[in-house]
This record gives sequence, structure tokens and C-alpha cells, in this order.
Amino acid sequence: MTDAAIDIRAGSFKPGTSDAEIEAAAAKAAQHRRRTVTFWRLAILIVFLVAWEVAGRMAWIDPFFYATPSAIAQRLYEWTTEGTSEGPLWYHLYVTMEESVLGFVTGSVAGIVIGVALGRNRMAADIFSIYIKVINSIPRVVLAPIFIMILGLGLASKVALAFVMVFFVVFHNAFQGVREADRSMIANARILGASDWQLTRSVIVPSAMSWIFASLHVSFGFAIIGAIVGEFVGSRYGIGLLINIAKGSFDAAGMYAAIVIIMVVALGAEYLMTMVENRLAKWRPQPLHETQ
Amino acid sequence: MAVEMTAPAIELINVSRRFLTPTGKSLTAIRDFTMTVERGEFVAVVGPTGCGKSTTLNLVTGLASPSAGEVRVMGAPVKGIDPRIGFVFQTDALFPWRTVIENVMAGPLFRGRAKQEAIAAARDWLARVGLARFEQHYPHQLSGGMRKRVALAQTFINGPEILLMDEPFSALDVQTRVLMHEELLRLWSEAKASVVFVTHDLEEAIALADKVYVLTAGPATVKSVYKIDLPRPRVVADIRYEQSFIDYSRTIWADLKEEVETSYARAAA
Repeated sequence: MTDAAIDIRAGSFKPGTSDAEIEAAAAKAAQHRRRTVTFWRLAILIVFLVAWEVAGRMAWIDPFFYATPSAIAQRLYEWTTEGTSEGPLWYHLYVTMEESVLGFVTGSVAGIVIGVALGRNRMAADIFSIYIKVINSIPRVVLAPIFIMILGLGLASKVALAFVMVFFVVFHNAFQGVREADRSMIANARILGASDWQLTRSVIVPSAMSWIFASLHVSFGFAIIGAIVGEFVGSRYGIGLLINIAKGSFDAAGMYAAIVIIMVVALGAEYLMTMVENRLAKWRPQPLHETQ
Repeated sequence: MAVEMTAPAIELINVSRRFLTPTGKSLTAIRDFTMTVERGEFVAVVGPTGCGKSTTLNLVTGLASPSAGEVRVMGAPVKGIDPRIGFVFQTDALFPWRTVIENVMAGPLFRGRAKQEAIAAARDWLARVGLARFEQHYPHQLSGGMRKRVALAQTFINGPEILLMDEPFSALDVQTRVLMHEELLRLWSEAKASVVFVTHDLEEAIALADKVYVLTAGPATVKSVYKIDLPRPRVVADIRYEQSFIDYSRTIWADLKEEVETSYARAAA
């Protein structure tokens, strides 16, 4: 019995299988992959823009309606250097951003607070859920004329619209996140001695955080939509006003130029959000990669 | 006061617990359940899966209350969550967004101790479970066995007089489990707590406990109680090869087997 163990000889070493070699090969493959991705991304963009330009110049599509990339670039250049017909571009951008950011911040804070509160209180959730469903069924943009009528042409009406765009998305995710909090984790905290408030603050909210962040990603975009729709309907400043004026004067290039500005801003905000999230979520596991 | 001192750590007297199913039907999880755990005693509870073992523990913590009968802790009826109780869960109940040391500190901080004091105590407990080097790691960076050790430190730091364990090691591999048994017995002998250890693994129960309760297939009630007279300190890794261990194992298994078969037959039907 005692000498039942079998001697197993190590097999001969195969070249190219040392740790250093595998790591070097993996690093090289990863870099190659990144380059390929970047190349194709740029290639697709360039093909798209060139096709658009050529189609416009050859009159395959009517540049009066579709503009051309060069005309849009030209318009952007004019706006940044000489300003728009309604005053400097930067001021319009500032106004739209102010409205969006205010609406985003107030909407998400309210969404998180009320979402967590209702998530923790079953009775309140059952009572209010019907009203939230009803209000949520209103298409948000129809509120724009009402807000403008009540709150006027200035900042307040746009912030209110951005707020309602953001609130429901964040609310739903915060509520769901609280409901999905792990039961044994909650029981553990309570037995360790957590009071109700400590439980909410140090267990429920952190565990709902990934849900909440998922909603914050999309909701800044929603805040911008709210601000711009509000500006369409009635305002004195803002990117939405520029689009409205461009529409009134059949200035296709102007409309697309405004869209490009919004795209850049929204992408920048998304990037910022991802950075903040990565910093907050450093506790989350990073996946291991296969070597080949 | 004299009564206080001599009262058993835990008493369940003719306890029943019913649940309402989502369809509104009443379901009995445990029925006429009577159990006594003396101070400093290590009791293991074995029974077929899903028979209501965990329910008994929830009644002792105060997270659930009995539908009938009485649950007493240290001679007094259970009212709410008792600070003298510690609980180790089957699943991972660590807070994944907190580092190891922050997890261990949670209990003292919840209970209002100063931060510096909590850090010092947490360091001490991490050293005792051999994780001093992993203070700043997050739970996901640790192995299953290490996470269980963090959970033990998190529980023991509160100095529980009663320790409830709900299949705490069932998710671990066999080798790690034996190491955790040794670790638990060492901590238990230092802390002098009363333990209720729920498990479906009979050998684990015999190796650790002073007394083994065998439960019936659900609704759970006590079928029989065995006193385990194996000398302490025990070496869990070796004890299973001793004749007396094997004898206990054979006797209790004969008893438990019927319940397991009943439970299995019901699930299949």
C-alpha cells in the first residue's frame, strides 16, 4: 500500500512555452488587436465622410437637404471664430450645458434618494408605484410647452424638462438595485450590529451602485435631450435655438453642425462618467485572459 | 441572577414555524422542535437538504420569530437581534466593495466603537486567522477559504457568546474544509462560545461537535440526539480514521439515512 505512489517524470521542455515568451506573445497579440480596431474605426469614419462628400458634390443626394461634411466643417469653423448670428457659439453651448448639468444633477439625486427610500419601504412602494407608472407613461417632450408656459423662456423650464428626463431612469434603477441587494449580506450586516440607517448607507446603497451607475450613463444624454427640446420650443439662447434658427433658414449645414457639437459634448460626458465609475468600482473583479 | 448564570445558552421549546407560500398556502418548516445548547457547548444539527435546518438558526438570531413555542437565549426570550450572537453564512456575505480590513471592522463600527480601536482589533483578528498580509485586498481577490477566514474574523471580532453557523464550509473544497475545521475549533476553544453548527455533512458534524441533533425530513423536528465522546483537542484531519469515529458515523448514518431517503422520495414524487 505504502509504495502505491507512481513516479511521474516531467516531460521534455518545449521551446516557446516559458512564461516570458508567452507573456511577450500575448502582449504583442493585444497590441496588434488594438491597432486593428483603431484602424477599422478610422477607416469606416473616413469612408463614410468621403462617400457623403462625393455624393453631395456629384448631386446624388441634394446638398440643400443633406449638406456635405466640408460645408459642416466650414460652418463649425465660422461659428467658433466669428460666432453665430445669435451671438457667440460658446455662450449658447454654455447655456445648454448649464441646463443639462443642473437637470442631470437634481434629477439623479432625486431619483437615487426616492428610489432608495421606496426600495426600502415596501408599503410606500406599493402605494406610490401606480402614480409613478402613470406619470412615467407621459411622453416627456409633451411637457416642454407646459413647463415653458409655467416657468418662462429662461433656464428654469429647460432644467425642469431635463429633470423629468433623468429622474425616472435613475429612480427605476436605484429602486431595482435596492431590491436586488443580497439577502444574506443584509442579514449579515444586521447581525453584526447595523442600525437601519447604517444598513442603508453602508450596504444597500453601495450594492445598488452598479445599477445606479448604469442609469447615470444614459441619463446625461437624456438631460441634453431635455434641454435641447426645451430650447426648440421656446428660448433665447442655446444649441437647440441654433438648430431651430438653422431649420427656419433652411441651413442644413448649420443643423448638422449643431448636432456635431452635441455629439462631442455627450461623448465627453460619457467618457468622464466611465472614469468616475472605474475609480469607484475598483473592488470589482477584473477578468483573467486566456493565453491563446 | 443565579438563574441567569445557570440558564442554557439557547433553548428552543416546542417551537413551530410556518411560512406563507406565494400562493397564500401555509407551509410548516419546523414543528414541535425542542433543543438545548449549554454554555460553551458545540452542537451540530444534521438533516436532509431543505428540511428547515436554517430556519432554526434564524429563530435564534431574532431575524424570524416562531409561530408557536418559545425561543430563549441566555435564559431570556428572544426580542429582536441579540448583540451576543454571531452568524457565519453559507454563501459569501462579505461586502465586496470593502477591503478585507474594512469588512472585519464593520461590526465594531456598526456598534459605535472608535475607528482607531476598530482598526487595531481588526488587525489582531486578521493576524489570528493568518490574513495579516491581505488587509488591503478586496474579497474577490481572495480564494474561497480565505474569504471564509475573513468571515470568521468578522464574526469573532464582536466577541459573540453564541455562534450560529449555517453550512459555513459547504462551498469549500474538501482539503480547505478540513483546514477551516481546525481553524474553527481553535478559535472556539479560545472564545468559549456556544456553537450551533448546521450542516448536511455527517462526518463534519461528528468531527466538530459535542452533540449531534438529527432532524427528520421536513417539517423538521428532532429525531434523535447523539453525544459525541471523542477527546479534545481533536485533530480533524486524522480523527476520521479512528474506530470510535467510524462507529459514531455508522450509527448516526443509519438513523439519518431514513430521513434522507424520505426527503428524496418526496422530491422525486
